[in-house]
Amino acid sequence: MRRNPKELGRLQKRFTRRALFVGGLQAVFMGGLAMRMRYLQVEQADQFRLLAEENRINIRLIPPKRGEIFDRNGKIIGQNTPSYRIVIVREDAGDVDAVIANLSKLIPLQEEELERARTEMRRSAPFLPVTLADQVTWEDISKVAINAPALPGITPEVGLTRHYPRYEDFAHVVGYVGPVSDYDLSKMEDPEPVLMIPRFQIGKVGLEAKKEDLLRGKAGAKRVEVNATGRIMRELDRREGQAGADLQLTVDADLQQYVQARLSGESAAAVVIDVETGDLRAICSAPSFDPNLFVRGISVADYRALIEDKYRPLSNKSVQGTYPPGSTFKMITAMAALEAGIVGPNDTVYCPGFLKVGSRRFHCWKRGGHGHMDLENSLKQSCDVYYYDLALKVGIDRISEMARTFGLGIRHDLPMSAVAEGLAPNQDWKSRVHGQDWLVGDTANASIGQGYMLASPLQLAVMSARIATGRSVTPRLVKSINGVEQPSGAGEDLPVNRNNLQQVQKAMFAVSNDRRGTAYRSRIIEDLYRMAGKTGTSQVRNITAAERAAGVIRNEDLPWERRDHALFVCFAPFDKPKYAVSVVVEHGGGGSKAAAPVARDIMLQALYGGTPPLEAYPVADRERIKEQQKRLEGDHRPRARPDEKDRA
Amino acid sequence: MSYLEHAVKSTPTGFRKVLYLNWPLVLLLISVASAGFLMLYSVAGGSFMPWAEPQMERFGLGLAVMFIVAFVPIWFWRNMALLAYLGTVVLLILVEFMGTVGMGAQRWIDLGFMRLQPSELMKITLVMLLAAYYDWLPEHKTSRPFWVLLPVLIILFPTFLVLKQPDLGTSILLLAAGGGLMFLAGVHWAYFAAVIAAGVGLVTAVFKSRGTDWQLLKDYQFKRIDTFLDPSTDPLGAGYHITQSKIALGSGGWSGRGFMQGTQSRLNFLPEKHTDFIFTTLAEEFGFVGGISLLALYALILIFCMVTALATKDRFSSLVTLGIALNFFLFFAVNMSMVMGLAPVVGVPLPMVSYGGSAMLVLMAAFGIVQSAHIHRPR
Repeated sequence: MRRNPKELGRLQKRFTRRALFVGGLQAVFMGGLAMRMRYLQVEQADQFRLLAEENRINIRLIPPKRGEIFDRNGKIIGQNTPSYRIVIVREDAGDVDAVIANLSKLIPLQEEELERARTEMRRSAPFLPVTLADQVTWEDISKVAINAPALPGITPEVGLTRHYPRYEDFAHVVGYVGPVSDYDLSKMEDPEPVLMIPRFQIGKVGLEAKKEDLLRGKAGAKRVEVNATGRIMRELDRREGQAGADLQLTVDADLQQYVQARLSGESAAAVVIDVETGDLRAICSAPSFDPNLFVRGISVADYRALIEDKYRPLSNKSVQGTYPPGSTFKMITAMAALEAGIVGPNDTVYCPGFLKVGSRRFHCWKRGGHGHMDLENSLKQSCDVYYYDLALKVGIDRISEMARTFGLGIRHDLPMSAVAEGLAPNQDWKSRVHGQDWLVGDTANASIGQGYMLASPLQLAVMSARIATGRSVTPRLVKSINGVEQPSGAGEDLPVNRNNLQQVQKAMFAVSNDRRGTAYRSRIIEDLYRMAGKTGTSQVRNITAAERAAGVIRNEDLPWERRDHALFVCFAPFDKPKYAVSVVVEHGGGGSKAAAPVARDIMLQALYGGTPPLEAYPVADRERIKEQQKRLEGDHRPRARPDEKDRA
Repeated sequence: MSYLEHAVKSTPTGFRKVLYLNWPLVLLLISVASAGFLMLYSVAGGSFMPWAEPQMERFGLGLAVMFIVAFVPIWFWRNMALLAYLGTVVLLILVEFMGTVGMGAQRWIDLGFMRLQPSELMKITLVMLLAAYYDWLPEHKTSRPFWVLLPVLIILFPTFLVLKQPDLGTSILLLAAGGGLMFLAGVHWAYFAAVIAAGVGLVTAVFKSRGTDWQLLKDYQFKRIDTFLDPSTDPLGAGYHITQSKIALGSGGWSGRGFMQGTQSRLNFLPEKHTDFIFTTLAEEFGFVGGISLLALYALILIFCMVTALATKDRFSSLVTLGIALNFFLFFAVNMSMVMGLAPVVGVPLPMVSYGGSAMLVLMAAFGIVQSAHIHRPR
C-alpha cells in the first residue's frame, strides 16, 4: 500500500502512542504479578512452608505388640505369632483377575475374602497392598513363594496375630481378640488412632476385653514423606511404641486342661479355687470352642454350629451361668440357724417325708422320710424337711444375709465377661422386684436352694472356700501384671462363730466319708487328702401332686433339658484345706452320681498336681478310674462329645 | 521510489543477514528456554527424560525455524498472511472432524513426526492477517464501521472454532490479541469503550438476574461459574490445583528451596507440573528471586520487540511485531496469574518454558517473523 508521507507520519505517531499505552498497561500488569509474587513468597512464605510440610509429612502408626498371657507356671496361653498373609498390589499385578485365578489353583481362597478384596481394590490407590488371604499356613506361603514368577503383584507378608495354643481350654477365661469393627468404634467416645489401623486386633470377650487397656500398649509412630497419592517415599524418623503388659493368670494350664477334658461330653462347669489365696486354679465351662476361629474371623457355618448347639458352647457357665444351688445351699441355712442360736447341732427334727406349711406340703426327696435328724445326719443324707423347719424358724432375711456373707448373691469382681451376681433373695427383694409379699413357702424353697435362689459355679466355689477357711476368700484371676504381684484374695475372718462353722464342716466331712453320706461313693481314701463335700440336685421343673402320687419320673426317663441339674461342692484336705471345688452338670441328674465323681477327680488332680495314684480312690472304683485316666491323658483335642442317647 | 524498491536496495542480503539479526533477542529466548530445560530436568527427578531432552531437541528445531523465517524478507510474510490465515482456519475445521482427542478436547492433528495444534498457529496467523489488513487499509477508513466489522469477523470466526474444541484459554487469548492489534492499528477508542461497557453490562445483568424471575442462566451454570471464579469453594476438586500451586509457590520463600529440592512438585502435589504449572516449580526451587528473574527476562523480550516495532517505518512490521509481543505477553500473564491464584485455571502454558512442541515451534516461528522485520526494516 502506498501512502503519502503525511499519512504515514500520522499513522506512525498514532501507532507510537498506542504502542506506548499498551506497553504501559503491560508494565502495570507485570508490576502486579511481581507484587503478588512478593506477597506469596516473602510475606506469606512461612505460612505456606508450614502447609507444604503438612502436605508432605504423614504420621503412620506402628501397632504396639499386644501383651501376652501366661498361666501361673509361665505356660503361654495367649501369644503373638507371626501371621502370614497374601497381598496383591494392583499396579504390579496387571491383570488382577488372571493372577487371582492362578493363585486359587495353588492355595484355597475364600470367596468372601476375595469379594472384600475386590471392593477394597476398587477404592484404594493401585500401589497399596490389598489382603487376599489372611492367616495362611506356612506350606501355602511356600507354594506362593516358589511360584512367584507366575504371580506378578502377589507377595507374602508377615505380621503379628493372636494365637491361643491351648485352644478351647481357655476360650471362656481369656476370651479372644478380633479386628476392630465399626460397632466397637461406635461404642467408644474418643477412639485411639491406633484402632483405625485396618485389621487391628482388640479384645472382644473375656480377659482380652476386660484388660484391653493393659494388653493393648501404646502405639508408636513414624513420620514418613508421602507424595500426593499417599505413596511412602522415605521414612524420616520413628518413635517406638510401648508393648502391652504381660498378664500372668492364677490358673494352672495343665489342671485347666484336665478339668476341661473331664467335663467333656457334658454341659457343665467346674471351678477350682485355692482357699488360702483365692487363686482360681481352674475355671472351666463345657463344651468350649476354639477361640482361634474368632481371631481369624469365624465362618458362618462354624458360627451357626456354635449358636445352635443346645449345650451352648459360647456361654461361660462358670461365671455367667446361674443355677438353683439345691442342697449345696443347706450349709448356709444351717449356719444361719446356728448363728441365730435357734437350734443346736444336736437338736433333732422329725422327718416324715414332708412338712406341711399351711395347706401345702413340702416334700423331702425321700418319700418315706428320714426319721429323727440332727445337723450332721441331715446334711449327710441331705434331708430336706430338717432345713424347711430351720428356715421357717430363722426367717429368710437371716438366711439371705448369711448367703451374702459366704459369697452368694454378690458379684465377684473378675476380669471376665458377664460375671453373674446370682440371687440370694430376701423379703425386701421380692416386694421390690415382684411387688409381692414374701411367703412362708418361698422360705421353705429357699432353704434347700430352690425357688428364687440362684448361684454360679464360681460363687459355689467361693462359698466352699469360705466354709473351709472361715475367711472372706475372694477369687483372683490375675496373679501378676508385668511381673508385679496382684493383691491376694485371702480375706478377713468371717463374722461367724468358729464352733458353728466346725459343726458344718464336720457334717460336710460325713457327706463324703460316712457310709450313709450322699457322696460316700466319691470319697478320697488317702488319709492326707480327706475331702468334705455336699451334693446338690436342683429341679428345673415342678413335680405335680399327681406325678408324686404315681411315683416321680426318674431323670433317665426325662428329656435332657428337663432333667435335674447335678451339683457338688467340696474342699480338701479336711484337716488343712487347700482347694475348694464346685461342679455343676447341667441336667446331669443327681448330684451324687453326676457331679461328685467329677469334683473328686478334679480335686485329686489338683492336690497331687498331676495324675493321682490309684490308691487315692476307693478300691471298687480303681479299674474304672484307670481306664478313665488312660483316656484323659495326653492331648484330647478334638474332644468328641457322645451323642445325647449315649448318656441315658 | 516505491517502498519496495527502497527496501530491497537497503536491506542486507545473503549471509550478511546473520549480522543484522537481533542477537540480544536470540540470547533472551535461549535464556528463557534454558530455564525451561532446567525445570523440566528437575520435575523429572533429575533426569533428561522424559521431558527435558525432547524439549531441547524441539528448541533446536525451533531455532532453525526461527532463522529460516528470519531470513525470508518480511514482505513475503505479509503477502502470505491471508493464505496462512485461511490455511489455519481449514486446519481448525479439520480438527473438528479428524483431530485426535487429547486432554479432553479435540486439539491436535497428528502429522506423524509431531502433533500440530492449529489453535497455536492461529494466534500468529491471525495477527499476521490483521497486520496485513491494516497495512493495506487507507488511514481514513480505519474507524469506519464496515472496516471495523471486517476484522472483528476475522477474529471471531477462528475464536468460535477454538471455543468449540473446547479450549477457553486459547479463545480468550485470540480475542484479546486480535482486539489488541485493532487498538494498536488505531481504531477509534470509542469502539473499545463501547465493547468493554457492553461486556461489563452483560456480566452485571447475568449476575444481577440470579435468584430473580428473569434469571438468565440455570442454577447449575451459576454454580459452575462460582467454582470457576473462586476455586477455594471446592478444595479437593477444582480448587485443589490452585491451593497446591499457591502452597508450592509460597513455600519457596525469598530464595527458594534450591535446585531439585522442591518437595511439592517432586511429590506430585502439583498437577501438570511439567506444563501449565511449571512456574510453581521454578518459584518453589528458586524462590522470589527466580520468579522475578524470569519475569524480567520476559519483560526484556517485550522491550526488544517494542524497540523493533517503533524503529521500523514499515507498518506491517510494526503491527506484526507488537502483535506477536502482545500474544507472548498474554501467554505468560494469564499463566502466571493462574498459578498465583489471580485468575481461574484455563489451561494456558508458560511460553518457552512449559513442555510442549507446537507452542514452542509456533512461538519460535513468530519470533522469526519479528527477526525478519528487524533485518528487513527500511533503512
